[in-house]
Amino acid sequence: MLELKNIAKRVGAETHIHPTSLEFKPGSFNILLGTTLAGKTTLMQLMAGLEKPTAGEIWFGGVDVTGVAVQKRNVSMVYQQFINYPNMSVYDNIASPLRVGGVDSAEIKRRVGAMAELMRISAMLDRRPSELSGGQQQRTAMARALVKDSDLILLDEPLANLDFKLREELRDELPKLFGTRECVVVYATTEPTEALLFGGVTAALHEGRVADFGPTGDVYRQPATLTGAQVFSEPPINTVKVNKSGDRVSADGNVNWAAPADLPDGDYIVGIRAHHIVPVETPGSVPIDGTIKIAELSGSESMVHFDAFGSDWVSLSHGVHPFDAGAAATLYADMSACFYFTPDGKLVRSGETGGGR
Amino acid sequence: MRRLTWLVPTIYILFLMLPIYWLVSMSFKTTNEILGSFTLFPQSFTLENYRVIFTDPTWYNGYINSLIYVSINTVLSVCIALPAAYAFSRYRFLGDKHLFFWLLTNRMAPAAVFALPFFQLYSAIGIFDTHLAVALAHTLFNVPLAVWILEGFMSGVPKQLDETAYIDGYSFPNFFVRIFVPTIAAGIGVAAFFCFMFSWVELLLAKTLTAVAAKPIAATMTKTASSSGYELGLLAAAGTLTIIPGAIVIYFVRNYIAKGFALGRV
Repeated sequence: MLELKNIAKRVGAETHIHPTSLEFKPGSFNILLGTTLAGKTTLMQLMAGLEKPTAGEIWFGGVDVTGVAVQKRNVSMVYQQFINYPNMSVYDNIASPLRVGGVDSAEIKRRVGAMAELMRISAMLDRRPSELSGGQQQRTAMARALVKDSDLILLDEPLANLDFKLREELRDELPKLFGTRECVVVYATTEPTEALLFGGVTAALHEGRVADFGPTGDVYRQPATLTGAQVFSEPPINTVKVNKSGDRVSADGNVNWAAPADLPDGDYIVGIRAHHIVPVETPGSVPIDGTIKIAELSGSESMVHFDAFGSDWVSLSHGVHPFDAGAAATLYADMSACFYFTPDGKLVRSGETGGGR
Repeated sequence: MRRLTWLVPTIYILFLMLPIYWLVSMSFKTTNEILGSFTLFPQSFTLENYRVIFTDPTWYNGYINSLIYVSINTVLSVCIALPAAYAFSRYRFLGDKHLFFWLLTNRMAPAAVFALPFFQLYSAIGIFDTHLAVALAHTLFNVPLAVWILEGFMSGVPKQLDETAYIDGYSFPNFFVRIFVPTIAAGIGVAAFFCFMFSWVELLLAKTLTAVAAKPIAATMTKTASSSGYELGLLAAAGTLTIIPGAIVIYFVRNYIAKGFALGRV
C-alpha cells in the first residue's frame, strides 16, 4: 500500500502541491486526472522519490520511505516523451534495470524475451530506439518499466504523444498487462474519457489539490466538489447560479424548472454536462434561449458554444446540427441530470445517481 | 541561367583552394625554384623538404611536442567541461546565467594578455617548458568553449532520461558514464574538435611557455632562417604537414558539427 501523508511540494515561492493525503492499494489501477500544471507529474515524482516533499511523509508497505533514494525504491516510470537509452539496443534497454539489479544473464534473457513477446516488439530487439516508430519506442519504454517486478508503476500520460490508432491499441492492452500483478499502478491523464475507460480509482487534481478521490465511476457520476466535476468533464461542464424555493428551481429568473423533491430550499450552483444539453426538445427538458457563438460539427457529433443570460454554455449532441454563428437559438437542457452544489462547491445532489456523497 | 549555377561555387572553391594549392606545390619545389621563377607546377619535383622534416629531430620533435600538449589539453578541457556543462544544463543556482556568460568572456581577452603572468607563474613553480604548461594555459580558453558547446547538447537531452536511469537503479556516476556520455557523444566530438583546433593553431602562448623540450612546430617554423636566407621549400612542407591533423579531425566530426550548428552552439 502506498500512502501519501499530508505531503506538500513548494519550489521557491510557488506551491506545486498543497498538503495532500492519498492511499493506493496493492493491485489497484489509480488514475490522476487533471489538466496540464494540475500537479500530476510533480505528484508522481514525489511518489517515485525523484523529488523530496517539502512537508509530509510517504509510506510504502508500512515503511516510511520519504527520504529513501529513488534507486533504493522498487519503482518504474513511463513518460509521455518516449524515453529510451539512445545508445543501447532495444534488448539492452529492456534488460537495463535487470542488469543493474544484478539478475543473472540467463534469467535476463528469459524475461526480456517474454516481455518483448508481450509488448510485440520481439522483431526489433537488435535495433536502436531511434530506428523504431513512436508506438514501438513507447512499447520499449513500457517493457523496461514492466520487466522488473516493481512495487509501484507510474505512467505519466504514456499515450499522449501517440496517434489515435496506436493510442486505442495500447489502451486496450494496458489493463491486461497489470492484471495479475500485486503492484500499485498510477496513471496520469488529461482526458476524462481515458479515466472512464480504465475504471479503477481516480484522483481529480486541480492546481495542486485533490478535488476528489474515489472509484472512477463514483467520481464521475457524483463528484464530491464542483472542481472535481470540472476536472472530470470534457467539454467543460456548464455551471449556473440558481435559487430553489418551493417546487421550482430558478436561474436568476431566466429559466426555471421543477425542483427535485429531496432538495432543501436555498442557493446552489448547478453543474450540467454538455451532453445533457441538446438542440432537440425531449420530454421534460428545459428550453434555454441563447446566441450561437461557434458550432463545431464533426462527422457524428455537434459541439455548440452559445451564450445565454450572460454565461457561456456548451452543448454536445449526436448527429449533425448546423447553426450559424450569431443566430438566436433554443437548446434543451435535461435538468434532471444536473448536479446541485452548494455555493462553496460541495455536492448536494447528483442528477446521475440521485444522491449526494 | 540554370547552367551557370555551378559557376559561383566553383569560383569560391578555387579561391579557397588557391593558397593551399600554392603551399603544397611550394613544398615540392626547391627553394631556388621558388625564388627564381614563377611556376604553376613544381618543375624539379623533390621530396627533399619532407625528408629533412622526417629525419631531423629538431623538426619532427616539433610535431610530437605539439601533438602531445594538444592531446593533453583536449582531454583535460573536455573532462573538466563535462561535469560543468551538466551542472549548467540540469541545475538552477544563484547566478548560474551570469556565471555561464562570464565563462565565455574568458575567450574575449587576447592570449597576449595572459602570456606574461603564465610565463612568470610557470617559471616560479617549475613547469616552464613542459607540455603540461601549454596544455594548462590553453584550458583557460578551451574549457569555456567546451562548456558552452556541451551545455547545448546536454540541454537537448530530456531530463526524463536522467530520471529513468535513476528509477532503473543507476547511481549518478554510473548513469553519467554509461548512459549520458554515450548519448551526447556527438557533442563531445564537436567540443574536442574545437579544443583541438584552438590549441593546435595557437602560437603565442605555446611559444612563450616553451624553450627547447616542449617547443611546438609553429615555433620551430619561425626559426628556419639559415645562412642562405629562408628555406622556403622546407617551410612550405612543414606548413603542409601542419594542416593534415586538422583535416583528419574535421573528417571525423564533420557530421556532428552540422548538429552543433543546428543547436546554435558552434
